[in-house]
Amino acid sequence: MTTVPALEIRELRKVYATGVEALKGVSLSVQPGDFFALLGPNGAGKSTLIGIVSSLVNASSGAVKVFGIDIGTQREAAMRLLGLVPQEVNFNFFEKPFDILCNYAGFYGVARTEARRRAEEELRRAQLWEKAFTTARTLSGGMKRRLMIARAMMTKPRLLILDEPTAGVDIEIRRGMWRILREVNAAGTTVILTTHYLEEAESMCRNLAIIDRGEIIENGPMKTLLSKLDVEGFLLDIDGELPAELPHIEGIALHAEDRHTLDLEMPRAMHLNQIFARLDEAGIRVRSMRTKTNRLEELFVRLTGSKEAA
Amino acid sequence: MSHPNLVALATITRREVTRILRIWAQTLVPPAITMTLYFLIFGNLIGSRIGDMGGYTYMDFIVPGLVMMAVIQNSYGNISSSFFGAKFGRHIEEMLVSPMPNWVILGGYVAGAVLRGLMVGVIVLGIAMLFTRVRVPHPFITLATVLLGATIFSLAGFINAVFAKKFDDVAIVPTFILTPLTYLGGVFYSVDLLPQWASTMTHANPIFYMVNAFRFGLLNDSDVSMTLAFGLMLGFVVAFSAFGLWLLKRGIGLRS
Ligand SMILES: Nc1ncnc2c1ncn2[C@@H]1O[C@H](COP(=O)(O)OP(=O)(O)OP(=O)(O)O)[C@@H](O)[C@H]1O
Ligand SMILES: [Mg+2]
Repeated sequence: MTTVPALEIRELRKVYATGVEALKGVSLSVQPGDFFALLGPNGAGKSTLIGIVSSLVNASSGAVKVFGIDIGTQREAAMRLLGLVPQEVNFNFFEKPFDILCNYAGFYGVARTEARRRAEEELRRAQLWEKAFTTARTLSGGMKRRLMIARAMMTKPRLLILDEPTAGVDIEIRRGMWRILREVNAAGTTVILTTHYLEEAESMCRNLAIIDRGEIIENGPMKTLLSKLDVEGFLLDIDGELPAELPHIEGIALHAEDRHTLDLEMPRAMHLNQIFARLDEAGIRVRSMRTKTNRLEELFVRLTGSKEAA
Repeated sequence: MSHPNLVALATITRREVTRILRIWAQTLVPPAITMTLYFLIFGNLIGSRIGDMGGYTYMDFIVPGLVMMAVIQNSYGNISSSFFGAKFGRHIEEMLVSPMPNWVILGGYVAGAVLRGLMVGVIVLGIAMLFTRVRVPHPFITLATVLLGATIFSLAGFINAVFAKKFDDVAIVPTFILTPLTYLGGVFYSVDLLPQWASTMTHANPIFYMVNAFRFGLLNDSDVSMTLAFGLMLGFVVAFSAFGLWLLKRGIGLRS
């Protein structure tokens, strides 16, 4: 296929004035129509990368193209295709949501009457229409986040980039936001999002990249990456108390989470029967069992955890 | 009004005007009160003991300078607080990520600030006309001076806001530069009264030319030639615009 990528980043570097090297030569390509996750621990460089793509941050070197348009040489044409939902709330708290949306569209050249029509549509979709004419300062945290998504949709972007759109949002609202994002993606918009809720990425995104300390350490389809995982983890609830000395079972890691809970990590190839038999011998009765972590989380910790303190 | 850049320009201007009207008690009322006080104190109480200045009653003489001072301070203050507020509140990012070219951002903010200057100018001149017999014999020159003066000081306020890192920074420049320049720019006295060296120094003060162009517009009298005054004002507009656009292009204080 010779489709032009929705986003193409080549050898992107960023050294801040403080001397921090936030990006160390990042290359990345996102196909049109994709739902793409950009994951990484705090301080990995996700927001820096998004800042450069949206022209808020000047790159130290490297190239960025949005649907084939270079943001360095044709910034205006490239920005016209882009919608941004930033990590930090950045609308004017003293204005009303309706005005915020209309003005934002105005900056992109959308005529006033059309902007008003779209503002109502987007506010209704974000379930914010009741708040349309109250001061934005009085919105709750979750409402502010939804308002930023509605704002980004005002210009009908072909590429929508969201930097932790669901941070600090309750599960019900988060689900509502996912529904909107799926809808937007299904209508043809390419979506890139960063998140620290990995189940969010796992359930929504088809492709992902993991960035750590300014470098891409994994990149590819979600399925391929998850299938790389050869280890699974479980938590076992035990009847009574665990013995002081846990049995040693070849190839698996066992340790006591507390006196009634056993943490188990095993290779996928191994059978649970073998393990249960050995536990039985040791007098450990398993009452129930649950999967320890979400799979993507496992992968994430495996890839970044060794270097990360927290 | 269909070109995207014109829509964007109108959007910023409208947003600025909305802001001015929303916080009218901070934007339109204070100059009216200050002016009334100036007229009562300097014009009536003290002015009556001063006698003529440059052939006019003191009260008439100070009208052009006072109006110009209000226009300058309000244009400057509008853009510096609004643009710095946008930086501080981060909503400047809405504009920085948009496809708007830099001249639209600068143009929109300047247009808003000039309109504030114009609104204040009208209010203050209206008050002056209640207290004095000053009228507007040269409306075109009067309007042109207000627009140019407001533009110059909007641009200066913009530059101030670009460099400002905290609210103090947008308060300091007016206190230490703008106010002295205004007071020493011949608002309250004719340069004829000054010793030679002070008069020469006054001729290096841009506000002096604005005040005099305005004085010509209202009183048909000026210490300098109109060609020089307008030439200088246009020069400042060009220089400050170029500098403002360069700052935006480099992203100084705006893009990290
Ligand atoms: N404006 C700035 N000036 C200097 N350093 C910065 C600036 N912004 C970010 N950094 C540094 O760059 C690095 C990457 O930060 P960035 O915000 O891109 O991380 P992130 O992946 O978005 O993290 P998080 O998940 O916490 O949002 C960090 O070390 C950060 O301290
Ligand atoms: Mg971030």
